[in-house]
Amino acid sequence: MELYKEKTAIVGIGVVPFSTDIGRTEWYTACQAVKLAVDDAGLDMKRVDGLVKNVDDGPDQMYVQKGLGMDNLTYTAESHWGTSPMMNAITAVASGSVNYAVYYQTAHRASGPEKSISDFRVAREMREDLLDLIRADFYTPFGLIGQPGYVGMTIRRYMHEFNVTPEQMGWVPVVCSENAARNTEAVFFDKSITIQDYINSKVVVDPIRELDCAPKVDGSIAIIVTTLENAKSLRHPPAIIMAATQGTSSEGQFFTSYMRDTITELPEMQFVADELYRVAGIGAKDVKVAQLDDSFAPLVPMQLEALGFCDRGEGAAFCEGGDRIRNGGQLPLNTAGGALGQGRFDSARIVEAVRQVRGTSANQVKDADMVLSVSGAGGPADGLILRRQ
Amino acid sequence: MVEYVKGIPIMRPYIDQDNQAYWDAVKQHKLVLQHCHACDLYLHPPRPMCPSCNAQDTLEWKPSSGKGQIYSFVNFTTDRMAYPAFKLPYAVVLVELEEGVRLTGNTHQIHPDDIYVGMPVEIMFEDMDDDMTLYRFKKRDG
Repeated sequence: MELYKEKTAIVGIGVVPFSTDIGRTEWYTACQAVKLAVDDAGLDMKRVDGLVKNVDDGPDQMYVQKGLGMDNLTYTAESHWGTSPMMNAITAVASGSVNYAVYYQTAHRASGPEKSISDFRVAREMREDLLDLIRADFYTPFGLIGQPGYVGMTIRRYMHEFNVTPEQMGWVPVVCSENAARNTEAVFFDKSITIQDYINSKVVVDPIRELDCAPKVDGSIAIIVTTLENAKSLRHPPAIIMAATQGTSSEGQFFTSYMRDTITELPEMQFVADELYRVAGIGAKDVKVAQLDDSFAPLVPMQLEALGFCDRGEGAAFCEGGDRIRNGGQLPLNTAGGALGQGRFDSARIVEAVRQVRGTSANQVKDADMVLSVSGAGGPADGLILRRQ
Repeated sequence: MVEYVKGIPIMRPYIDQDNQAYWDAVKQHKLVLQHCHACDLYLHPPRPMCPSCNAQDTLEWKPSSGKGQIYSFVNFTTDRMAYPAFKLPYAVVLVELEEGVRLTGNTHQIHPDDIYVGMPVEIMFEDMDDDMTLYRFKKRDG
């Protein structure tokens, strides 16, 4: 397993500015992001030999290859969950199969397929519904539809077991909005919200509020992975991957792992934490900045517990008042504004982790020499720890 | 309690070979739960293999009392997020049965505001049309 320890680095990032209506096809912005990342790295396009993506997101590798004139691909792969295609990229590079692997995530979830000639979105959503047998059997006949409802069941139980107040749940959205307001790239929250704004936020599926849910966004991101040796001749100091892993657990079901002995912890994320710290040889206390999955903000406290930043049941209290999770606090969180501020786009967390390591974040944390990024709260999880050279 | 909007169909359960026996029993107003007799382990939702011993010929269907407690619940209060066949507000509850299995379902004659974690409930069945039967949960004495 030591394939994932200090063998690879992120050397290029490309981000097409997020938008609620990006005004281009997914094919267009996928090519744009990869080109931006390759230029950021200072790499020759012809040297890219691996191309990976999420199963359900925008255009197939063939389109990207065609668009960018990549003649030397020897490896393509797709993975489903979170930012798990990073594992494909890292594995391909660390094993010596490829030299430069590009992970691209392109999805125009806000503006919708009607704006896109290369229409990948309808197929994506239909497939999600049709393939999920459990949802079709046991949820939809009773009107349990949509992720806020699925997540709400877990959050109600969590709040019940640990006497968590709605006010305590509001601090992650508040701090994310503060970070987003200082990040010109974040399209949501021109100004930060207050805890009272959160309390007044519309309840969409009780106990989930509107401000708990990350909005849809149009985005396109590319991330380049290579060996530490190759990284030496590129433009930026590398963001070294200290450790990376995926994590699963038994009885897993997207946002609805209701059959486990307890539904108020995240065993997949716990697995990711244990493996990352073991491989990296560090502990939670060494992490200077964390990019957690705030697709649904009330799942952040459970992640803090799983990742060892606080004890079980204390995640919401940890966030209360916001000071511990603000820049300058014990553990600055989601420093680009998170999914709540940037829109729901998993690979954006890795981009922000790279920027923290490079020292170029809009909310730069001092001495951010070790940065954590995870995805997949409430389902299969994945994560990595980056460090400065 | 749950009420339906006339003219909008309820989404039917997707029945296949792995869960056929469960829904056949519901049709007869009975609740059965999948169980591995080798491991003495209940499995829900139904599946093709016991995740503990990986056997496929040890799976059986055991009758359930249908009694349990509300373990958690959500209330659908806004039309943008809800399924349109249901009148708002409606609750979906997660019930922990005496066997330890947790089922999702709607409630009968319980207002969403009156639901609490730990409320004792039991199952009841409702024929939605000629070939679809669903179930709900009603209050019982604790």
